[in-house]
Amino acid sequence: MSQYLFQQLVNGLSLGSLYALVAIGFSMIYGIVRLINFAHGDLVMIGAFSTLAMIAVGVPWPLILVFVLMIGAVAGMLIESVVFRPIRGAPQVTGFIATLAVSIVIQNSALLLLTGQQRNFVFPAFMRQRVPLGGVSASLTDMVIICLTLLLIAILFFIVYRTRLGTAMRATAENLMAARLMGVSVNRTILAAFAIGSALAAVAGVFWGGKFGQIDPLLGFVPGLKAFVACVIGGVGSLGGAMLGGYILGLAEVLFVGLLPQELSGYRDAFVFLLLIVILLVKPSGLFVRHVEDRA
Amino acid sequence: MSKTVPDETPLPIRGFAAAALVAAAAAAAVWLAQASLSDYVVTLLAVLFLNAALAVSLNFTNGFTGLFSLGHPAFMTIGAYVAAILTFPERRKGTMLPGLPEFLATTELSLLPAILIAGAVAAVVALIVGFPVLRLRGHYLAVATLGLIVIIQSLATNWDTITRGGSGLSGIPRLTGIWWAFGFMLVVIAAAWRIKFSSLGRAMMATRENELAAECVGIDTVRVRMLAFVLGAFFAAVAGALLVHLISVVTPRTYSVLLAFNLVVMVVIGGSGSIIGAVIAASAITVLSEALRPVEESVGLYGMSQVIVALALILVLYLRPQGLFGSGEPMIVRRLFGGDRFGQTP
Repeated sequence: MSQYLFQQLVNGLSLGSLYALVAIGFSMIYGIVRLINFAHGDLVMIGAFSTLAMIAVGVPWPLILVFVLMIGAVAGMLIESVVFRPIRGAPQVTGFIATLAVSIVIQNSALLLLTGQQRNFVFPAFMRQRVPLGGVSASLTDMVIICLTLLLIAILFFIVYRTRLGTAMRATAENLMAARLMGVSVNRTILAAFAIGSALAAVAGVFWGGKFGQIDPLLGFVPGLKAFVACVIGGVGSLGGAMLGGYILGLAEVLFVGLLPQELSGYRDAFVFLLLIVILLVKPSGLFVRHVEDRA
Repeated sequence: MSKTVPDETPLPIRGFAAAALVAAAAAAAVWLAQASLSDYVVTLLAVLFLNAALAVSLNFTNGFTGLFSLGHPAFMTIGAYVAAILTFPERRKGTMLPGLPEFLATTELSLLPAILIAGAVAAVVALIVGFPVLRLRGHYLAVATLGLIVIIQSLATNWDTITRGGSGLSGIPRLTGIWWAFGFMLVVIAAAWRIKFSSLGRAMMATRENELAAECVGIDTVRVRMLAFVLGAFFAAVAGALLVHLISVVTPRTYSVLLAFNLVVMVVIGGSGSIIGAVIAASAITVLSEALRPVEESVGLYGMSQVIVALALILVLYLRPQGLFGSGEPMIVRRLFGGDRFGQTP
């Protein structure tokens, strides 16, 4: 395999990892409370900026990762309990508008506190070296992103499919009322789903900063939207689907930029949304979900 | 409100007379304002009228028909670019947009045909986009229309020969004034009013409440949804065109997602489907955010007013999720324009 192709592949996989991390949380929250959480992308931003703060203070990297997970989880629980819980019974559109409002509040508060300027975000020097892999090479950052993402996803799947909490989550997603009648503490389960999903998004923020090198308070908008696209590709509400959707989207995007002529690469984001519209048309239940209830 | 409307009242005539009177009174107020107030306030008023018109036009989809669209900025951007290119002085087109095709480079229209063409182009785009997108519901539609904004923005950024890329078009002739804005607002309100209380409006609201039931009584819901979407797009494009002829600049970022959000806030606070509610909410939010701007600048807290608007929205969703007037119109307006009939929340 030529170096160029390999590089594109690694690039697509690491971008896909970012999308997958955000998309899984998105999908989890949707699966349980049927809420498209617009503020989800902003947790990516929160993760990136809290990492920046911790670098400035001098926290060692492994600890930073742990802290970022915690910060994301706390932020997610805060949003859920303050804003979303009181309007849980409201119509879907109300919830959607509320998440938009939360997103605007987070973005503009960040603008207030941090100003809109771009900030440099650097991983330590050893992360930026290239690793030779049998004739080809890849940047260590990309490799770490891919491996850590797989690890986190494995842990997530363990939680969801092998623990009591995960069983409670799946029960609540299946039928909230029935789960409550069976003695599942629904509020706590929902809170946990928000915590886990948001923690994953915050970690994606760390990777995002490391991959692109610059962060600003509005950076969460695009990953939030693309996570939605990834979810739709995989079938909204399905965790495995969201993960695969993320990888497909990342690879497709890189291929689009890498293989098509230079002057089209500005249309990258437009391409992603065209893809969304096409998929919603052709296979609205997603590529990997056989049966979904009404999409209304 | 169970009392039936007496049949002998000549409602339309009384309604028209009242509407004409109100419009005349408002026009007099605008004339007074224009004569006595500073340029800054007059411009602000023009922006306010345009915002009110936008909020009302968003009601076609988001209020009457229950389609949650965020696509307004996309159509406004289309309208703004189309109209700006059409009205741009011919002699300056050569330097500003050297790559323009021949027939565009040699045309220079006055404002009215330009905005009508702008509206028509956006309506055609809405028609084409509507076929796939309107099959979606709820937040799927919302995200798809949000995607439309991204698509249009990247077109505007990358299609250099027509749009001059990211730097946008500047020095657009300042052809719009308060009268254009005011007149346009009246047209939009009148159109919305006529539609809301016609069989088409009832069909829209039936589609919103229960699509299956609407189909069962013979409403072509696909057509109704498409009409609402296309109408909204047309008015959005005209408003976008008028606004850039007021501020004389347009860039791909002039109309952003934030604007879509603010328009939604206006509609939700006014009450989805309420025309007067949308006008009141749009006026209040425009004045409020403009009043907060000096505060923002003196304290250096940019973005504060936006936070306040968003928090206000969340509060409204908690305390009064149906908005100021629900889907109906306020009592006094009902009385004015012809008895009980208009007040009933369908």
